[in-house]
Amino acid sequence: MALVLNEEQNMLKDAAAGFLAEKATVAHQRALRDSGDAQGFDSAVWQEMAQMGWAGIAIDEEFGGLGYGYTGLGLVLEQMGRHLSASPLQSTVLIGATVIAQLATQAQKEQWLPSIAAGEQLVSLALQEGAHHAPWDVTLSAQKSGDTYLLNGSKRMVLDCSSASAFIVVARTAGATGDEAGLSAFIVAADTPGLVCEQRSLVDSRNVGVITLTDVAVDAQHLLGSEGEASQGLGRALDIANIGLSAELLGLSVEAFTRTVDYLKERKQFGRVIGSFQGLQHRAAELFAELELCRSLVLQSLQAIDSAADDLPMRASATKAKLCQIAQITTNEAIQMHGGIGMTDEHEIGFFIKRARVAQHTLGDYNYHLDRYALLGGF
Amino acid sequence: MSDLEQFRQDTRAWLEENCPLSMREPIRGFEDMYNGGRNPEIDHPDQVIWCERMAERGWTVPHWPREYGGGGLSSEEVKVLQQEMKRIGARRALDSFGISMLGPALLEFGNEEQKKEHLPKICRGEIRWCQGYSEPNAGSDLASLATKAEDKGDHYVINGQKVWTSYADKADWIFCLVRTDNSGTKHEGISFVLFDMDQPGVTVKPIRLISGSSPFCETFFDNAIADKRNLVGEEGNGWSIAKYLLTHEREMISGFGSAPPKTVGQMAVETMGADTSGRLSNSVLRQTIAQYQLDTMAFGATMARVGDEAKAGQGLGPASSIFKYYGTELNKRRNELNLAVLGEPALGWEGEAYSDGRVSRDWLRSKGNSIEGGTSEVQLNIVAKRVLGLPDA
Ligand SMILES: Cc1cc2nc3c(=O)[nH]c(=O)nc-3n(C[C@H](O)[C@H](O)[C@H](O)COP(=O)(O)OP(=O)(O)OC[C@H]3O[C@@H](n4cnc5c(N)ncnc54)[C@H](O)[C@@H]3O)c2cc1C
Repeated sequence: MALVLNEEQNMLKDAAAGFLAEKATVAHQRALRDSGDAQGFDSAVWQEMAQMGWAGIAIDEEFGGLGYGYTGLGLVLEQMGRHLSASPLQSTVLIGATVIAQLATQAQKEQWLPSIAAGEQLVSLALQEGAHHAPWDVTLSAQKSGDTYLLNGSKRMVLDCSSASAFIVVARTAGATGDEAGLSAFIVAADTPGLVCEQRSLVDSRNVGVITLTDVAVDAQHLLGSEGEASQGLGRALDIANIGLSAELLGLSVEAFTRTVDYLKERKQFGRVIGSFQGLQHRAAELFAELELCRSLVLQSLQAIDSAADDLPMRASATKAKLCQIAQITTNEAIQMHGGIGMTDEHEIGFFIKRARVAQHTLGDYNYHLDRYALLGGF
Repeated sequence: MSDLEQFRQDTRAWLEENCPLSMREPIRGFEDMYNGGRNPEIDHPDQVIWCERMAERGWTVPHWPREYGGGGLSSEEVKVLQQEMKRIGARRALDSFGISMLGPALLEFGNEEQKKEHLPKICRGEIRWCQGYSEPNAGSDLASLATKAEDKGDHYVINGQKVWTSYADKADWIFCLVRTDNSGTKHEGISFVLFDMDQPGVTVKPIRLISGSSPFCETFFDNAIADKRNLVGEEGNGWSIAKYLLTHEREMISGFGSAPPKTVGQMAVETMGADTSGRLSNSVLRQTIAQYQLDTMAFGATMARVGDEAKAGQGLGPASSIFKYYGTELNKRRNELNLAVLGEPALGWEGEAYSDGRVSRDWLRSKGNSIEGGTSEVQLNIVAKRVLGLPDA
């Protein structure tokens, strides 16, 4: 597949850029933060996004989606990154719907995907238990008795925790912590007795939290797919999700970089604009090169999802590792090159570094993915 | 059957019949490349045969027009030819500065007579060219070059010195930047001329590199003669030709960054071992290798993207301006990793046990990649100013 956007994709990208520039900018994000809004995103704006079809971009038409594939979703995520727009696009569309599409039975897909595509349901993945992403380190237990499972344990980094109508809870039905086998995924309504959601406040001031399950009874029909066999589909969903997060990181990094280069052309010291200093010029030029590499990798990997390439695991880790690395350098340099003003809350550049670190951490950071990339590459 | 499929079958059959078996062995290094010329360096007699056979079909430079000795192939056909050559492991029949640098500039700026005169000889490997750009006091600041060309009616008389002239001792002709006028700014008054090196006014002194070989020279002009018919473009307009040619040179050099067949990581596991989880035993080196491979993959994706964008009619995007810089830095990293992974044998300089220092000499030679054709720092200056629009000091 040629590494260029087709007409439909270009239109989608332009439409997303235009909409977000008006409705979901860094200023909106600041206002949400300052209002102490628990939800962390604007419901009215989300409904508009859903009306434009974004909630179903990557969902098959047979389940009420647009069927544009992940390349389309990635383009929107990149634009969300540029504006730091908060919405359930990551939790529900990129991750939740993808896990369902990978693991669920036909009947379960018919039950859940159309309502997600319509923007009526928020479904969030509950996977991480420790301080770091480690997808097979699952201890939350699910014990079967008759036609129900009893779930006990807790999960953190649950996105849009307080707004989700259901969670996909990854539980252990066999084996020991660290085993890839023996994992099962359940879809659990947020109002199920015994499930408690506790909102947490992270640096990016988005909606995220911890859920604790105490003897939560879940009907066996809410087991996604087969018992003990979640890891393969979950793994593929995580690969897709990490490429999507990389698209967001790309947009975020490019925007932080663009703003920084603009500042280099404007701020004067020693009687000249600081962008004329070669020490800064070379750092900017190197970042430009790295960002071009990032752009190629993200596009290639999005296309690899849609063409069902068989090297997706390695490619996903490569992409997320690279984007984590460069997002980190770019946002650090952005602050440094702004000088004192970059350290103020009043300036918007600080919002980029905060969101970057949370997106980097989500589903595995540079260290996790570079290690995995090397292992998959045979060393 | 489509025309292209027919072309593939014919090409396959022809290659099977005509490519000598010895020319289907992998290239071990620069010395296995065939550069042609009046006194060609021949490591294997089949090189000459292979070059002649390919040149007869115009396939030494398959994408150039037939009237100038090329193959006149479409880009799809060139791809098929490359694929079919790769299939049997056939080497390129001819490599030269004429093909990679002078040719593109002549096709763009040369007059008909010049194209007819010089391009076919490049295609047949009859004339080997060298590049006379750099001077002792004009390196990164190339436009301050001082080699002087005096107008003598139908010819120029040239005096001055060039340096770092790659293969000047092996080349037959030189494409040379000379100053024909001193009155304007330094970018004005530069002319692009071609002349034969085999004349009393030209002296060449090889310079030995840190890698032990002597690929480049000091080149002295003492009343050397260049026929005016070999002035390319207008007098005083050589700078734009010089720059155009540099972009082709940089493309060629940045190609060094492509991924080799076996990954460094796999090579490292073979020589150094892995732990029970399959991780390379040294975790510090492992990270360096992983980062290198990751960047190589991303660079490859970027070359592909820029190519696809150009094919889709979007022109050569700004990303292409990073190729020379990034590709050569990657190649240097690759060579450093070879040393780290292979250990003592990689430091060998002479002797059969060390294949006469193949690894160490390649490593040393790679240091020049980020200098030749415009240094990495100069590339970053270009990106900062032309792409990012940052102002001069
Ligand atoms: C292997 C090899 C083959 C070559 N082959 C040829 C050939 O065939 N024909 C030919 O004409 N030339 C050839 N060259 C010459 C090459 O083009 C020059 O070496 C190169 O342009 C640098 O010039 P210089 O050596 O004078 O270094 P200098 O220009 O003196 O540079 C020294 C250092 O200063 C830095 N520097 C200079 N200006 C700036 C600036 N404005 N900003 C920041 N840093 C700066 C450079 O990046 C470098 O690190 C070859 C060089 C090598 C190494």
